[in-house]
Amino acid sequence: MTRYIMVADLRRCVGCQTCTSSCKETNATPPGVQWRRVLDIEAGEYPLVRRVFVPTGCQHCDDPPCMEVCPSTATGQRKDGIVTIDYDLCIGCSYCALACPYEARYKVDDVEYVYGAAATATEVARRDQQKIGIVTKCTFCVDRIDAGTKAGKVPGVDPEATPACVNSCISGALRFGDIDNPDSAVSKLVAENKWFRMHEDEGTGPGFYYLWDKGAL
Amino acid sequence: MKQMNTSRRQRSWDLRAAANFIGGGTGTGLLMASVVAAAFGPTTPVTMAAGAVFVMLGLSMVWLEIGKPWRALHVFFHPQTSWMTREGIIAGPLVAAVGAWVVLGLSAALPLVFVLAAGFLFCQARMLRASRGIPAWKQAEVVPFLIATGVAEGTGMMAVLGGSSPALVGFALAAGLAREAAWWAYGRGLARSHAPKASMDVLMKSAPAMACRAAQVAALVLWLATLSGVTDVALLAGLLAAVSGWGIKALLITRAAFTRGPAIAMCPVRGRGIGLPIEA
Repeated sequence: MTRYIMVADLRRCVGCQTCTSSCKETNATPPGVQWRRVLDIEAGEYPLVRRVFVPTGCQHCDDPPCMEVCPSTATGQRKDGIVTIDYDLCIGCSYCALACPYEARYKVDDVEYVYGAAATATEVARRDQQKIGIVTKCTFCVDRIDAGTKAGKVPGVDPEATPACVNSCISGALRFGDIDNPDSAVSKLVAENKWFRMHEDEGTGPGFYYLWDKGAL
Repeated sequence: MKQMNTSRRQRSWDLRAAANFIGGGTGTGLLMASVVAAAFGPTTPVTMAAGAVFVMLGLSMVWLEIGKPWRALHVFFHPQTSWMTREGIIAGPLVAAVGAWVVLGLSAALPLVFVLAAGFLFCQARMLRASRGIPAWKQAEVVPFLIATGVAEGTGMMAVLGGSSPALVGFALAAGLAREAAWWAYGRGLARSHAPKASMDVLMKSAPAMACRAAQVAALVLWLATLSGVTDVALLAGLLAAVSGWGIKALLITRAAFTRGPAIAMCPVRGRGIGLPIEA
């Protein structure tokens, strides 16, 4: 079996937002929509204060609550764990957005451009009317994964088959791959480091592992 | 060590969605009260028809909110797990059963109306419960609260539209008390689950919430006064019972609906520092 996951090494992330930019460029998401976000989180009180950069987005859960509530079956899950949205089925009720504990889903009701009413040439060229009035989210760049694997590439190893955010990460904080493959980089990272998953108590089984220290759990 | 608050108010559902819970709750409560009233003697078809109108108005508001209204039939595709689908599926037969009684006079439709109305109300309550991104909604006690307030609103509207009887006033008083108990349990549940402070403030301390609560208590007092024969203020009591429930639901769906917010369990080890756990 294959189970694609993402690993974010919080020790390495510097909050540069290159992954965010790369995601927006690759997926042409409109203003206000960030499938890949890097949060700038503060914790503690003076003098013991920490600042942590936390890449986040759709966690591609084992048991996605968004899929459970979706009335139209637009939200689905592939055998490799990737949670998908069928844009032709979605009715834009936003119920999934409210069921997601990770705030990973976005609905755009109207066409918006970065610089107000006038669209840039790129925005005109890449405008996707299909995505207006429905809910969208991170796809783990599923098109790249499928095209890459079809060409014999390995997701997480070959850039052609790897999500854009991971390819762009300047510090190697973001990694992607198959956790069911014991030889994959993500399997080794998870095995050799201490990690947590966000809102683990929800029981959703997120496919996003946050490394915070060396050594196995 | 505590992390900064990342909770924020949801912007996906607005008053149109709240209207569905208002119309659905009051409508089904009114239908159930009408069926009970019909079982004890002749009753007016006005309340039954009004109940169906409330339900359909609520659903119409949802139709106005969804991004692709012409794909609305897709809502029926996922009865296996989606409470929204189940709610939609029940709506059709519910209205048909009401029509069978109001238009054709089929008394056999009455039990069906009661069961379908109860089912619709239950689906609505479970819809909120399944919204795991909003702590104030996923709280288990939201289900009995929404059911109790729906019945309290419905019996209130019954008194407004169909006139009152001692039995109805007694039923309305019981429904109001049940709503009080459910609200109390809901508040305790939220506190126990450490719901976002902003949600608690809106629901328990804000001026609109306090006004709604005062109206609910006033309705109880007026029901009691009517039942004890001091004065007949059932119409006012019914109005207060319904409107106060609408207000609380509007607050719950719109202003009190804060997300849990992204959270980390540990601060990462950097340089010579150590990892520090983050309090939940």
